Order: sequence, then C-alpha cells, then structure tokens
Amino acid sequence: MDAIRVVEAVHLRKDRQGFDPGDQVRVHVKVVEGEKERTQVFEGTVIRKRGDGVRASFTVRRISYGVGVERTFPLHSPRIERVDVVRRGRVRRSKLYYLRGLAGKAARLKEKRAVPIPASTSE
Amino acid sequence: MARKEGLIGRKVGMTQVFADDGSHVPVTVIQAGPCTVVGIRSRDRDGYDALQLGFEPRRKGVNKPTAGHFKKANVAPMRVLREFRLEKSEMLQGYQVGQAVTAALFAPGELVDVVGVTKGKGFQGGVKRHGWYGGDATHGSMFHRAPGSIGASSDPSRVWPGHKLPGRMGGDRRTVLNLPVVRVLAEQNLVLVRGAVPGANGALVVLRKALKTTRTQQQQKTADRK
Repeated sequence: MDAIRVVEAVHLRKDRQGFDPGDQVRVHVKVVEGEKERTQVFEGTVIRKRGDGVRASFTVRRISYGVGVERTFPLHSPRIERVDVVRRGRVRRSKLYYLRGLAGKAARLKEKRAVPIPASTSE
Repeated sequence: MARKEGLIGRKVGMTQVFADDGSHVPVTVIQAGPCTVVGIRSRDRDGYDALQLGFEPRRKGVNKPTAGHFKKANVAPMRVLREFRLEKSEMLQGYQVGQAVTAALFAPGELVDVVGVTKGKGFQGGVKRHGWYGGDATHGSMFHRAPGSIGASSDPSRVWPGHKLPGRMGGDRRTVLNLPVVRVLAEQNLVLVRGAVPGANGALVVLRKALKTTRTQQQQKTADRK
C-alpha cells in the first residue's frame, strides 16, 4: 500500500481542506469551451465527502431555477482552481442526503457559531 | 511471433492518476523488478535466444542444485526465475549475466502485455463461470440457474468432451495485451499501466513489451497521451 501512496502523493493538493459537509462553498472549475478555457463557479452546500487519497471526492448541491442540481468533484482534481467557503453550516451527520427531500425554508442549515471563516482555502 | 524482453514484478494495487488535461486515468501499480540476469540462452548453445531473469531475494529453501545454478551465475539466490525469449540474437547484446534489469526498460506511452494468475473463485455455477443467461427469477419460472440440457439422449449416450458445466473457476494464467504504460517511477521500481491486470494484490505478474502491436497502434497510444 505504501507504493500506492507514493504514486498518489504527486497529485494530492494540500489546499483542498478546510471544508466539511454542511458548508456552503464556491467551487471554481476550469471549463474548456472550444479553444478557450475559463473558470466557472458552482456554489452550493457540500452534502458529502467520501474516499481517501487521490480518489477522494465531494458533492455540492444547489437549487438552480427551482431544480436541485448536484455535482460531484474529485477533491484533488487539477481542473478545480480553488474552493472558497462562504458559510459554515452546523450539521450532525456526515452525509446530508436528507436535504434532497426538503425544499425552501426547510432545507436551510444553521450557521456554525464561533468558528472564524478563513478568507479562502486556495493556495 | 515476435518475442520481446520483459520484467518480473508484483501487482501492488489499483488507483487513479490525473492526466495533463485533468481527466483521471485508472491505473494498476506494479512493482517491476529490479531483476537480475541469471542466465543467457543463445541459439548456438541452447537452440533459442532468451534471457533468464531472477526476482526477489531468497533465503530459505535453496537446495544444492538451485544454489549451484545461482553460484554459476555468481548472483544471490532468487525466489522467481523466468525466461524471456527473444526473437533476434542481436537483442541479447548488451545483456550480461549478473546485470540488473530495472523498470527503466519501459517508457510512458509504450504498450505492454501483463501475464498473471487470476483470482481463484472456487467451484462456481455455469451462470458465473460461462456467462449463461439463466432463467427468470419469477413469473412462475421453475428454471433459474441450472445447467439445463447437456446433450442428446441415447445417441450418443454420453456428454461431449469439453462441455461447459459448473466447476472450478479462476486461478488461470491470463495475459492482458496492449496496456499503455502511464508512468514509470524508476527510483521506486514502479510501473503504472492503464487498466486492470490479472491476479490479487501482491500477486506475481510478468510485464513484457507488447507482442502483437502494430506500428499504428503504438503511435496511436502515444498520441492519445498528448
């Protein structure tokens, strides 16, 4: 297993920490359109973090024009520029799948108290 | 058929790496070598050209005939010995007994074949072992996963040899052809090949330069990586 870690180590990004399920984040994704590359922002609530090493991923859920949209990103993907934390949510479980069944006011999360929000988790 | 050089190694496990464009590539990490040339077979002396490579040090179970074999080559006893046949006598040039062969033999983008022994599955039914469809589970079906008819009746009054039936599955030697090498970590003796290879983690595998590759294939795979 050590050899696997050696292989994965080059891809691991140290700046991809500091957010947890329940947090509202802004994910800056690099998108290639034709020849051009630009950055797209996906903002929503982190409802899941899973996996270990380079295979780790996280899922962000947002309501877009009344429709629930979920995107799963590889945590260490080079296509992600940075992940900003907008707001920290106070939650009591690690997988927030129950949010899928809720809408509007019921789907709000309480803000975590007394934790200073770092300006950015980028490098 | 073309015959090419290779390396003995152990399957470490699978993971993924990111390509330059950000896509992830499934890879198998193989601890390849370092191997030592223990013997050289030449057409003049043995009737064929081959390299005999040894892998992993061996402390126990070295009996006198085996010890003699290694002593003759003046190398430490090794656990695994494999011969790699070579198509041309010229390919033997540059190899000497006692020389080390490392993962540097392979370069990223190159195609390799990986030989291994598949995981043993034990005694399995025909559906899993031969890919039979089986019957309906419900709707009054009384035929689920049974073998069904295994042949005609009084003529021939026997089952044809080689008929597919339940039995031992897995544990077979299998070769996966033309896997692209994604990365070579020469210092750690690690080779990353794209995709899966036969066997459990920690199992012995043999890597060799792809035998059945056409030139176009080789170029194509190199182009894919760019």
